[in-house]
Amino acid sequence: MVTISSEPLSAPLNVGFDYTRSLGPVLGRFATGLRAHTIAGIRGSDGRVLVPPAEYDPVTAEKLTEFVDVGTEGVVQTWSWIAQPLAGQPLQHPFAWALVKLDGADTGLLHAVDAGSPDRMSTGMRVRVRWAAEPVGSIRDIECFEPLDVEPTERAPGEGDPVTMVTTPIHLTYQHTASPEESRYLRGLAEGKLVGQRCPACDKVYIPPRGSCPTDGVPTEDEIELPDHGIVTTFCVVNVPFLGQRIKPPYVAAYILLEGADIPFLHLVLGCEASEVRMGMRVRAQWRPRDQWGTTLENIDHFEPTGEPDAAYETFSQHL
Amino acid sequence: MSEVAVVGFAQAPNVRRTPGTTNGVEMLVPVFHRLLADTGLSKQDIGFWCSGSSDYLAGRAFSFIAAVDAIGAFPPIMESHVEMDAAWALYEAWVKIRTGEVETALVYGFGKSSAGELRRIMAMQMDPYLTTPLWPDSVGVAGLQARLGIDAGLWTEADMAEVAASSRRAALSNPDAQLSGETTAEELLKQPYLADPLRAHDCAPITDGAAAIILASGDKARELSERPAWITGFEHRVDTPLIGARDLTTSPSTIAAAKAAGVDGVQVAELHAPFTHQNILLRQALGLGKRCG
Repeated sequence: MVTISSEPLSAPLNVGFDYTRSLGPVLGRFATGLRAHTIAGIRGSDGRVLVPPAEYDPVTAEKLTEFVDVGTEGVVQTWSWIAQPLAGQPLQHPFAWALVKLDGADTGLLHAVDAGSPDRMSTGMRVRVRWAAEPVGSIRDIECFEPLDVEPTERAPGEGDPVTMVTTPIHLTYQHTASPEESRYLRGLAEGKLVGQRCPACDKVYIPPRGSCPTDGVPTEDEIELPDHGIVTTFCVVNVPFLGQRIKPPYVAAYILLEGADIPFLHLVLGCEASEVRMGMRVRAQWRPRDQWGTTLENIDHFEPTGEPDAAYETFSQHL
Repeated sequence: MSEVAVVGFAQAPNVRRTPGTTNGVEMLVPVFHRLLADTGLSKQDIGFWCSGSSDYLAGRAFSFIAAVDAIGAFPPIMESHVEMDAAWALYEAWVKIRTGEVETALVYGFGKSSAGELRRIMAMQMDPYLTTPLWPDSVGVAGLQARLGIDAGLWTEADMAEVAASSRRAALSNPDAQLSGETTAEELLKQPYLADPLRAHDCAPITDGAAAIILASGDKARELSERPAWITGFEHRVDTPLIGARDLTTSPSTIAAAKAAGVDGVQVAELHAPFTHQNILLRQALGLGKRCG
């Protein structure tokens, strides 16, 4: 039996992507202006000056084209106090979010105000832009706003070709949790065991076991320890290099159906020429050294042919 | 076009942190079983399945695919998903029945908000060019709106606390609610600010949960339920994403949607308001009475 713990396994999951977007004529002009320490608004259908500029009027959806430069000082329309800033926010010490109506504008620009304390924030207070040290043509070229009684920070504007793109790095952190069934399977692997479970409705044996049989909508239950050998049901020869690839192509990624299981899983077949791998080929797990085992299927480095006669197609045709 | 009614509803317990996965299977399996048992339907009787969820909450692409496991989708089913809330999925299912294509639909929504940093993840729904790069957290942005209403004399921090106190009292009769209890606005106002002018009680608690509804067309609904809840109007609208460019103390989209759906003469309203001041804002925008809870 596998050691049982009721707590599902969990681990940090960090995802990140640099979103790169083209800006178009309106936002491109705004971003180019920020780099040069100017702020462009645009006149809306009702005559209001919108800052940041909108490509289309928020009420009439009319295409907007009349740019109007506005000031770099303005008035706080409303604010909220962030005592514990979150990753990525404009300031990493306590600050205020605010809608700032810049001089000459009729709408509020969302940004941070570096006031030091909520006591120094008030609706109607005047603030000025503090420019970023290295402007690139983004809303972050405004480092933040600051009260007028703060000594201004001297920052040089940037220059260059008009800004047409903006890159926004997005990094999010999660605590990923495996299901109770997956956790039993993963803990089994840490002991060198392959633990599947049978669906109580259709009797199919799943490895990994599942919180819900996709056919019947009920959790798998009866635990079954499966052997570390089986057959290749279907496979593909990987010839294409890609980022993060650990094996030199060509190599074989195959669906392995363990003996006694009804659902195959994906793994590597090595130990023979890629061209020799066949549907029905019998294979056995090649485990990594025991001191490298963890709660992961990576404990099995790959599968290798056993040399036994192939399984007949009829014996696995229902598992493709 | 077909009349459409709600004939069944079930929800998973709303909890601060479920030990389950972000694909919602552990929450959805019992919800589906209960809902089908309550209505006497089998999964084969459901003409259309539609779900709403968010990959950003799950931290994985196509996370909703795994949730389909909870249905047991064999023989094959007709299924759809929206990368939105379940209210939008409900709308798709409602349209599907109205067109006469199906007689019944099961709509479900699920989310494990506790898996990530919800306040940061919510920044992903804002304008991606000029707003999301600042990482404006949902609580901080709501605070901007709350203060506008306070400064304009439309509500007070005490009014906001009263919404929270009423909601918690009302939740005493719902065993699935995360927060419930007897408290007063006065007690709540003693708590410190979370994001001045918002206190923790002004913000919906981070909640993991799932819920599902069964819809049915005219005669089918009468056959399945003694008192089907008929949907007599249904509208979806959205305000401009330029948050500084509109009056944040009201909601033109809500007013327009309510008018189109036919809110006149309504006696009881359930409002979705993740922040206390938004409950007041919506009541004022819709011309609903002051009584709450």
